[in-house]
Amino acid sequence: MNAIAQGTDMTIEMAARVADFPILGRPVHGRRLVYLDNGATTQKPQAVIDAEARFYSESNANIHRGVHWLSQHSTDLYDQGRERVRQLLNAAQVEEIVFTRGTTEAINLVAASWGRANLNEGDEILLSGMEHHSNIVPWQFVAQQTGAVIKVVPVTDDGELDMGAFSQLLNERTRFVGMCHVSNALGTVNPVEEIVRQAHAVGAVVLLDGAQAVAHQRVDVQALGCDFYVFSGHKLYGPTGIGALYGRRELLDAMPPWQGGGDMIHTVSFERSTYAPTPQKFEAGTPNIAGVVGLKAAIAYVQEVGLEAIAAHEDALLQYATEQLAGIPGLRFIGQARQRAAIASFVMEGIHPHDLGTILDMEGVAIRAGHHCTMPLMTRFGLPGTARASFALYNTREDVDALVAGLHKARRVFGLEERSA
Amino acid sequence: MNSFGDLRELYQEVIFDHNRKPRNFHALEEATHRADGHNPLCGDQLTVYARVVNDVVEDVSFIGHGCAISTASASLMTEAVKGMPVAEVEVLFKDMHAMLTESHPDRDLGKLEVLSGVREFPARVKCATLAWHTLHNAITQAREIAKTE
Repeated sequence: MNAIAQGTDMTIEMAARVADFPILGRPVHGRRLVYLDNGATTQKPQAVIDAEARFYSESNANIHRGVHWLSQHSTDLYDQGRERVRQLLNAAQVEEIVFTRGTTEAINLVAASWGRANLNEGDEILLSGMEHHSNIVPWQFVAQQTGAVIKVVPVTDDGELDMGAFSQLLNERTRFVGMCHVSNALGTVNPVEEIVRQAHAVGAVVLLDGAQAVAHQRVDVQALGCDFYVFSGHKLYGPTGIGALYGRRELLDAMPPWQGGGDMIHTVSFERSTYAPTPQKFEAGTPNIAGVVGLKAAIAYVQEVGLEAIAAHEDALLQYATEQLAGIPGLRFIGQARQRAAIASFVMEGIHPHDLGTILDMEGVAIRAGHHCTMPLMTRFGLPGTARASFALYNTREDVDALVAGLHKARRVFGLEERSA
Repeated sequence: MNSFGDLRELYQEVIFDHNRKPRNFHALEEATHRADGHNPLCGDQLTVYARVVNDVVEDVSFIGHGCAISTASASLMTEAVKGMPVAEVEVLFKDMHAMLTESHPDRDLGKLEVLSGVREFPARVKCATLAWHTLHNAITQAREIAKTE
């Protein structure tokens, strides 16, 4: 069976999954909702919605507090959630998983804790030109506090990381490398194994931002060899407000806590406090227990569907979308990396992305228009923003067709195309 | 209602005209006032220039880039306020703001009425108000870059 035929089979199989997502049954502006803003957040399957509701109906109590049965039950569910995340990322130990509010908080944790403890004046922080603001601004805070310097790996015209420049920028002063696994604005899949290998060769610690990766491919942090890996539950069909940090045990054990409060302590007196072991040391206060339960259900869902099947389906869909979009006059893709995942970013001559967004919205087609929280990347391409269609397991060829029809309509509204075209 | 339905409420022909051929679209060398405006949500960026003599806006212009709504709003604004006393510009600013965000003011706003459809598209209101906030900042000498918050 050739790749395209296989992709078609996957597409048919996945179409049945639409029914798992109740929101996809609602109309928007009287039209069928065509949700192509999955890079911003994915929709939630009924299994995730039910898991959260069931937690509050049947299991709610605070964790790690309790002699009472319900607290132990809630604690068990929370711990099972951590084990699920360990499985998802294939971390060696469950203690290497720290729950956070999401990717942003996870990066801030690493910057505030590892960064302040380990970076000194003149040390270099190496980021890429395609980072999300969440992997730029926390490092600017740390650079200001420590005197470390931020260096940036440029992006090629095709939207790939300039690996030649990366190798040249790496040196013995490079203490930290922070890169996205998959670019949220362009869909570029970065050669993260090679990045980790080269960074480790100069003794740098590597954080990979997996926010756009975990829902689209299998991730194995041991195989990648990275030191930190971060992601958000809500881009993985899970709830908002929950995400995770993977950190190698030796690093996490050596890092100071970053927020103080209940649950992260061992003993407290006014003279001095001692801290709980990893990972509780990094989880001050009552965590998002229902979020963890929802995230566990989301991971179970994608594992049941199968990450390989999801990747094959989305690759086939992206290929179809690329072919169909290429036929629209005046449309130009931004980011043509050889390895891309689930994202088509483009601009249209004569129509601003924001206007495209509004006209598509009236057709029920939800896309993202703007800078995608990657202002330096937009500046590099000389654009105020792009239109971005980002795909998930429940998207179909009909969704792509609706996008293409909507873009032709936008051209007609703007007088760039006749009705018959 | 034509085949474009509600969209025509937003994208009226006058708006396309001003988007394609923005009026007073240049820097103003003899400007006495200027301000920058930025809508971080969509990246729209513009600079508004004004030459104010004896409390009258004798000349006004803008440069920058943005969507059709923000470009047309800026262009229409420069046509409307040229030659207008500053005090009247401030009243017009308030009336435009009301028309775009809350309810229509008591008086007819002439050609600017083409922007009234924007109110039905909450995500686009800031596109239309950007130029007006920026002009307001320019002539009241506010130092900060105008935001649409």
